[in-house]
Amino acid sequence: MYSKGFRSLALATVVTLATALTLVFFYAPLDADQGFIQKIFYVHVPMAIVALGGFVAGGVMAIRHLRSGDPSWDVRSYVAIHLSIILGVGVLATGAIWAKASWGHWWVWDEPVLVSFLVVFLLYCVYYPLRFSIEDPGRQARYSSVFAIAAGAFVPLNFIAVRLAEAYTHPRVLSQTGGSLPGEMRLTFLVSLLAMTLLFVTLWKLELTAKHAAMQLRRLKRRLAEREVVTT
Amino acid sequence: MPALPLDEAGKYVAGAYVVFLTLIVVYVAIIGAKIARIDRELTELVEDDE
Repeated sequence: MYSKGFRSLALATVVTLATALTLVFFYAPLDADQGFIQKIFYVHVPMAIVALGGFVAGGVMAIRHLRSGDPSWDVRSYVAIHLSIILGVGVLATGAIWAKASWGHWWVWDEPVLVSFLVVFLLYCVYYPLRFSIEDPGRQARYSSVFAIAAGAFVPLNFIAVRLAEAYTHPRVLSQTGGSLPGEMRLTFLVSLLAMTLLFVTLWKLELTAKHAAMQLRRLKRRLAEREVVTT
Repeated sequence: MPALPLDEAGKYVAGAYVVFLTLIVVYVAIIGAKIARIDRELTELVEDDE
């Protein structure tokens, strides 16, 4: 069901990831201000963008679940949010490493982009206890979808609020007018973003395939158990 | 802060990429273990049915 086209997608992901890494370390020039440490940008920022996109996508899938009543959309939404939380851990860890190297501190509380990402991450950490505290599968799916929609709407609102905030201390390399990235850096960043997006979709499909297979197995076991009861 | 020298910056850059790689490898290993368990249980079911 979910494994259709998986092999070519996985292959495209590997090729794009390898290309991105090659561009990061052998093509993109060193940043005049930060030097070699700026290479963290190519893993940290795409990971953050894809994680936030995954949260929003989880909300959109939750809308489809509530509209159609099809539980497969709830599973899709759950896996998207689950993967985004894993990437979120990576964003916070790589961000802390970058902060330590650039500013001399692992974390700074007066930096709105950092803190707002932490707020979004902690909000989504509530998703697990909410989801798994409900035993009835139908209610679990419905409540989780409502949460995913509300939290998914909060993600862009949160970052719009940050953009409107007065204190701009985070390096602003991307903007509507094109930002301050030179051509080679921009190409490297876009390839890295594409690689991260493909990685997300590949892992999303992988987990969905595993979940679908586990559900099919449970169904098969139930049928076999029922058949045994009938024959005895 | 001025840019860190390459030998010092290299540790941080390597750390960031290792974090990313570790996350992906651990995630794929967990999913791989799940798929292996499903395969094992399916094989057992088929053997029991025969």
